[in-house]
Amino acid sequence: MEKVFARPESLSKKQFTYCPGCGHSIIHRLTAEVIDELRIRTRTVGVASVGCSVFADEFFDFDFVQAAHGRAPAVAVGVKRVRPDCVVFTHQGDGDLASIGTAEMIHSANRGEKITVIFVNNAIYGMTGGQMAPTTLVGMKTTTCPDGRNPELTGYPLRVCELLSGLGGVAYLERVAVNSPQNVTKARHALKKAFEIQIEGLGFTLVELLSQCPTGWAQRPTEAVKWLEKEMRGYFPLGVFKDVTAGAPQEGAKE
Amino acid sequence: MAEVKVTHQQCKGCELCVLYCPKKILRMSSDINSKGYHFPECFEPDSCTGCKICAIMCPEVALEIYK
Amino acid sequence: MAEERSLMKGNEAIAEAAIRAGCRFFAGYPITPQNEIPEYMSWRMPEVGGTFIQSESELAAINMVYGAASAGARAMTSSSGPGISLKQEGLSYMCGSELPCFLANIVRGGPGLGNIAGAQSDYFQATRGGGHGDYRIPVFVPSTVQELIDLTMLAFEVADRYRNPAMLMGDGILGQMMEPAVMRKMVDYDPKAKASWAVGDASGRERHVINSVRLAPGTLETHNIRLLKKYREIEEKEQRFELFEVDNADVVIIAYGTGARIAKSAVALAKTKGNIRLGIIRPITVWPFPKKVIREIAAKKENFLVVEMSFGQMYEDALLSVCGKAKVSLLARTGGGLPTEEEIVETARRAMASKESIEVYPALD
Repeated sequence: MEKVFARPESLSKKQFTYCPGCGHSIIHRLTAEVIDELRIRTRTVGVASVGCSVFADEFFDFDFVQAAHGRAPAVAVGVKRVRPDCVVFTHQGDGDLASIGTAEMIHSANRGEKITVIFVNNAIYGMTGGQMAPTTLVGMKTTTCPDGRNPELTGYPLRVCELLSGLGGVAYLERVAVNSPQNVTKARHALKKAFEIQIEGLGFTLVELLSQCPTGWAQRPTEAVKWLEKEMRGYFPLGVFKDVTAGAPQEGAKE
Repeated sequence: MAEVKVTHQQCKGCELCVLYCPKKILRMSSDINSKGYHFPECFEPDSCTGCKICAIMCPEVALEIYK
Repeated sequence: MAEERSLMKGNEAIAEAAIRAGCRFFAGYPITPQNEIPEYMSWRMPEVGGTFIQSESELAAINMVYGAASAGARAMTSSSGPGISLKQEGLSYMCGSELPCFLANIVRGGPGLGNIAGAQSDYFQATRGGGHGDYRIPVFVPSTVQELIDLTMLAFEVADRYRNPAMLMGDGILGQMMEPAVMRKMVDYDPKAKASWAVGDASGRERHVINSVRLAPGTLETHNIRLLKKYREIEEKEQRFELFEVDNADVVIIAYGTGARIAKSAVALAKTKGNIRLGIIRPITVWPFPKKVIREIAAKKENFLVVEMSFGQMYEDALLSVCGKAKVSLLARTGGGLPTEEEIVETARRAMASKESIEVYPALD
């Protein structure tokens, strides 16, 4: 018998320190699988952000740079502009990308910087104890909206893919999820596509991954994956929002 | 003919593999690892098709599949 | 490119000097009075195959510089007070991660929106770290356009030598003035010079990680001790200053940058009209502050007069350096106000006559 599923080489030996059932580690594994498949490990540079995945660098076996909260796209731009031969990605949560990092997110995308943003959307701030995120759903209870998110006070959840889809510099945007094996497989495909488009030099790529946060949501992992399906997918539809490699004229592209 | 191999120590008892196994041949063992988590065991190994769904879901890369 | 002498504007001289020092990455945001720097870089960087980015904010710029420095480039950003305030987190990260970069700080009046005139009111911000954590940044304070050029090039060397950001602190007057100066030859900077720690090409080596987090008990203190040793070495080796007519001086002025230019005029005025002899210790680095030479001179002189375009910031370093061995008085202007030669001479006279140190704020009187 031969081994048909094993630990990817681009992951380090260190065991993940995320909570049971967390999507971050699934996403790390998929990222490593794609890097293995594309054979780019020695020229990949990851940029870690601040949040639950602040230790992301410990789980991979390639060059990594730690960024300050929200600044990962700017750091990635610095690396990529100096080393355009490298494949540069960020791994960011919803606070890092869509709250403190909104300016860096929009402008890296708008300038068409050839980086890949791996955006983990679990609708909550995990590391700091479960506060509201820009992506927290209406009515969802968190430690800073204990009565449930009220749009009159705090606006509506931010849809990053939709927000960025109108920008000319963006080459590829897809929203996927990691709450079921079928979705995980599609997510892997999206990550690979994003990296390939970066390698081809076509522009900014972002994959938004809806992810379960069992601890933040106060649910067992097996409940959390179902809650994601039922509650998040309706507001955050899965799919491709922009793909410059697909035939039809793209939304937001300017002549 | 296929087999799932569980690295007990890496499991955190999330039970997603048990939830998603299409053959429903995984269950959490009564045993625990040194962290106190129950880990999965395959109670009908002959029915395993090597579909890899359990490994694809596992957040801890605790499952290896042989075929 | 060979050395050439020409009339140059301060900000443009800084930009060209950075290029000559091998800088091939600039990220910055417009803010008066340093806009000529990003403007110059926008056409000059592409000429030398470098990268110019007008970033979305000063905050984004320092983080882009962080990334570029991680990848081994000589990288720089430029700004003025409000922008340097925004960059503090990034500078702390760079010091904690031991990354070199060059930072051009063209100081204007503050606090808050302030004005766009020259000032020296960001001295504490520059010399006391400015951001969070125990760190320091070497700060070079030029007084002429020639020094803007030479200290820019030196700052890149010092930054690389110690793997730390280095700052050139000028002000709006120095940035805008035009003076004849010699632009130095292009340095042959090897982009692979930092391959032993930079990220980018991991073939044939262990991976490199650039970060400043040390959570395991004791590890952060160990890291801080390492940084402390570095800062001690910088203090030991990198104090720079000019002595101007100190030997026969009755009152020794301590002034830097634009303040020192005016002080030199005051020295000349005192000779013709003053009945008082003035000399100047001109710091060329304010961190490390030239403590050693001041301590030596304090053993022989009784009167020091700090002349600064800020309210008693460098004054504190002067007091620490003199350490009670002599009187240290202060003449302070700020908010874009400039001391005059007459004020300096007059204050020096009063300081000498007074039994105790005096603090004079002409704008108050």
